[in-house]
Amino acid sequence: MTRHLHIWMLAALLAWPLSGRATLTIEIEKGEADAIPIAIVPFGWQGPRAAPLDVAAVVRADLARSGRFAPVPVADLVARPTTAAQVRYADWRVLKVNNLVVGRMVETERNRFRIDFQLLDVVNGQQIAGYSIRAGVRDLRRAAHQISDLVFEALTGIPGAFDTRIAYVTVTADRRGRKTYRLAISDVDGYNEQVLLTSPDPILSPAWAPDGERIAYVSVTPRGPVIHVQNVYNRRARKLRRFPGLNNAPAFSPDGRTLAVTLSKDGSADIYLYDLKTDRVTRITRSPAIDVEAAWLPDGSGLVFTSDRGGTPQLYRIALRDGRPAGRPQRLTFSGKYNARASVSPDGRRVAFVHDHRIALLDLETLAIEVLTETRLDESPSFAPNGDMVIYATRDGNTGVLAAISVEGRAPQTLSVTRGEIREPAWSPLRRRNF
Amino acid sequence: MDRLLKLVLVTGLVLGLAACAGPAKEGEGAAGAGGPAAGDTRRAAEAGGPVDAKTLLSDPDSPLAKRVFYFDFDSAEVSAEDRAALRAHAEFLAAHPGISAVLEGHADERGTREYNMALGERRAKAVAKLLVLQGASRDQLQTISFGEERPVALGHDEAAWRLNRRVEILYSGY
Repeated sequence: MTRHLHIWMLAALLAWPLSGRATLTIEIEKGEADAIPIAIVPFGWQGPRAAPLDVAAVVRADLARSGRFAPVPVADLVARPTTAAQVRYADWRVLKVNNLVVGRMVETERNRFRIDFQLLDVVNGQQIAGYSIRAGVRDLRRAAHQISDLVFEALTGIPGAFDTRIAYVTVTADRRGRKTYRLAISDVDGYNEQVLLTSPDPILSPAWAPDGERIAYVSVTPRGPVIHVQNVYNRRARKLRRFPGLNNAPAFSPDGRTLAVTLSKDGSADIYLYDLKTDRVTRITRSPAIDVEAAWLPDGSGLVFTSDRGGTPQLYRIALRDGRPAGRPQRLTFSGKYNARASVSPDGRRVAFVHDHRIALLDLETLAIEVLTETRLDESPSFAPNGDMVIYATRDGNTGVLAAISVEGRAPQTLSVTRGEIREPAWSPLRRRNF
Repeated sequence: MDRLLKLVLVTGLVLGLAACAGPAKEGEGAAGAGGPAAGDTRRAAEAGGPVDAKTLLSDPDSPLAKRVFYFDFDSAEVSAEDRAALRAHAEFLAAHPGISAVLEGHADERGTREYNMALGERRAKAVAKLLVLQGASRDQLQTISFGEERPVALGHDEAAWRLNRRVEILYSGY
């Protein structure tokens, strides 16, 4: 199973005002020797027209992207059962697959669908799980991702994060070199892109609220940086109170009421907490150095941030109590000249960060560092909400692309746009299942 | 000088400490003491000042022609050579209190975008501090950082990075 997997997905996206139709492309660069072989059989279909979506193909692509699974190509399937009763397990044992997914989709009324599927254990000839999902035509891809989530969790014990989204910034330039910045969100497989904001000013640091409904970001205007909070559903944006100097690096607290931000109104760059209800700020760090890029511990007990108080940018942790600093910052990184931009894992045990221009993981207990990537100029790591992957920005030749890597170092994959560059990825929280 | 005088007077009124003209440096306070003549000075400055300033700022041989100052990686230290050039800007600003300048700080693409926003600001503030130490008024200067977002050189090597780690002095209206 060390096949090369090249999966190209062309997404028909919402029309962009200037570029017409844009395309996001995902490429998985290599398969993994220890990935679990699994067969996802094309789902049966019952309806008056052709099936609006190849659900099994979406599931196959999701599982391949995780790096933990090696789905069998459709052409190699030995049979096309659509129910557990039709499965002859002996056929599948020959293929050496551990698991099999079979299913069927029915159009119950116009543009309303029911998908039934079963996850089967080939070795023991048993059903592991079976579900029935209802979806409208616009939610079909989402339903497919939820099937991937259920399969992933049943087989790995880790919740799937396929039914999630990423926020990112794209940049295009016209013939005169004038740049256009767009803040966009899409499904994690690059489909369903929605542009939230188009601006001539650089956009930095999109950050999701824990409710998955709001995104904070920085707009670097000609008069200086300003933080905005935008609702991803109704697109309504709110400009936050602006202080002299930096207004940067927003990060939502786990309860969604506060932003950790970087301000320089009192001199140098320091970390503050911005109360979204009162618009009041509380100073958290006090140093003449640069303190920036705060990331919350998931229980709200503290922040991990970048500071060059020791001479070079390094990661520090500061405890919080009742919205105020509790104790002095503690240094977390000691090797490397440049350690910055922390993203804390959802279990609070690890930090993904930029380590001398590569992406690395820091164990918050042992402070051991493990370098994940081999490329250069890697930036902006963001943990998947299930903690299994990290998405980050890197360069491919002269353009910026996104890449995702599993925390076990498997399945590096890149997400690029056909025009311009893409940067500053932020992985959304898990979404509530809608069935 | 009248602007500085105004600043001193206002500061004095607000604090109720007219004598404590703290920000004024090196003899400028003495010029400010010419209170009754201030109105005449202002009119003279408005009539003649801008023309002088324009001439000075557009002279390619003037030390004021150097408006961009470069930095080492992750550093906001102004070189000895640049300090000399900045003295000319400080003296110009001191002599033309009606003129203000924006100091734009920038970083190269290496390092994280948000850290570079802070680094660009640190560079702009380092230049502002030197200008004030050498006679410019705090009031004439505004600092702003664009981090790595507005590179002048587009390559991905030291030749480009060197040009992007910079502070630019922009005189408003010139």
